[in-house]
Amino acid sequence: MSDAGFDEWLHAFAAADGYYVECGNGHGHLPPRRVCPDCGSTDFSEESLPESGTVETITTVHVPAPSFQDDAPYDTAVVDFGPARITGVVDADPGSVEIGDEVTADVGASETTGKDVLVVRPV
Amino acid sequence: MSGVRVAGVGLTHFGSHPERTGRDLFAEAALAAQEDAGVPLDDVEQLNVGNFAGPLSEGQGHLAPLLAEAAGLSCPATRYEEACASAGVAVREGVRTVRSGEADVVLAGGVERMTNRDTPEVTESLAIAADELFEVRAGVTFPAAYALMATAYAEAFDVDEDDLKTDLANIASKNHDNALDNEYAQYQRELSVEEALDAPPVAEPLGLFDCCPITDGASAIFLVSEEYAAANDLDAGVAVVGTGQGSDRMALQDRDHLARTPAADQAAEMAYDDAGIDAADVDVAEVHDCFTIAEVLAIESLGFYDPGEGLGAARRGETRADGDLPINLSGGLKAKGHPVGATGGSQIAEMTRLLRGDHPNSDNVDGAEVGVTHNAGGTVASAVVHVLEVAE
Repeated sequence: MSDAGFDEWLHAFAAADGYYVECGNGHGHLPPRRVCPDCGSTDFSEESLPESGTVETITTVHVPAPSFQDDAPYDTAVVDFGPARITGVVDADPGSVEIGDEVTADVGASETTGKDVLVVRPV
Repeated sequence: MSGVRVAGVGLTHFGSHPERTGRDLFAEAALAAQEDAGVPLDDVEQLNVGNFAGPLSEGQGHLAPLLAEAAGLSCPATRYEEACASAGVAVREGVRTVRSGEADVVLAGGVERMTNRDTPEVTESLAIAADELFEVRAGVTFPAAYALMATAYAEAFDVDEDDLKTDLANIASKNHDNALDNEYAQYQRELSVEEALDAPPVAEPLGLFDCCPITDGASAIFLVSEEYAAANDLDAGVAVVGTGQGSDRMALQDRDHLARTPAADQAAEMAYDDAGIDAADVDVAEVHDCFTIAEVLAIESLGFYDPGEGLGAARRGETRADGDLPINLSGGLKAKGHPVGATGGSQIAEMTRLLRGDHPNSDNVDGAEVGVTHNAGGTVASAVVHVLEVAE
């Protein structure tokens, strides 16, 4: 099953071409969006994300959902890319990345399901 | 506008009852509430029932008429689902219905069956209360989401990791102490700060005892109009005088601040305005401590503490049973248990018992007149706050 808008957004990171959508008043969001939740604008354009972002918060997950059973322990982080934040699985040893570290986004695969996962990786 | 009274409350034991069906759990709570209220079932004009994951845990959708039937009701029935705030919303809509004059008697509450499935399955079904595309697919479980908030809190307010863990362990220990005499509680046992700190990690910095347990249970509340209570000479001395609800962006990443819960700020402001009170008037509160850090965020959103000041409240003793503002005298979700879709109703039931004086911990709040309940869904993308008062 595909998720139109999301899938294209995710896979753009594999080509180092990550983007966000920006409304007519400059509010950044992740797609798919029809209405800006900040201002109600319905005018969106795709804009490039900066290549790297900063880890804003992070946790090491020891008790996963079944879909990440073989991945645990793993870190997941919320990363500030400027116009938008993105949550991703950290492609590094658990506990090795800290708040304030610079990371890039890419597409990886869950060790459990093989499905595509947004990963972030230390620069 | 009619005033709203709590005529009766009913609870099942909160705990591990894997063999019991949701319909049986809810029927027990409803009949207990009916006995407490002394209101004939025929007088119930509406059933509002909260449930989160019945379609996943029992393969059962279309739950409300089934639960009405199980409780011996033949009135219109509706299921409310806002994750862990489901029953809070069910109660709130019941309050609004009675106030409007549409009904004199509404039965509100909730039910959740959880322990019939193993922990990974439950972890997966709880995670559907987060953003499936942007959080769950990035490995975010519910403990992980609250761990991200806890870490953001420590960063925002410059708290050392060991101090963070110690303050959170004090919250867990406090809530276990409060549950010791509560016959409905899942864990009627002490938990020392040291034992909490030594527990295995779930999602760092949260350990096993920072997390509420997986719980089966049900709650039921008879909400009646003041006129009905007077006409039927009911013993209904607790009133629901304020109700409020707020929403926030679903995913943590889309919020302005990762360590605050503005949905609960909005719900509290709405409920306090409705009741004509402010935070300083509150004598006791039941808050949504699904994780220890959630209690911190709750007492800050409710206006009891400024942001950054709530973390140490339990350690300092202020929110303990003998403190100035006891929080979660029931044991909270942490020790009493958290049957997700029933919890918001359970908080109303426990607060009613505390204010009526028939709760095992009522002696700790002798003379209390104003109680607040705070029920949150997900990482507080939904929040419901109620204000209860001793009316007579």
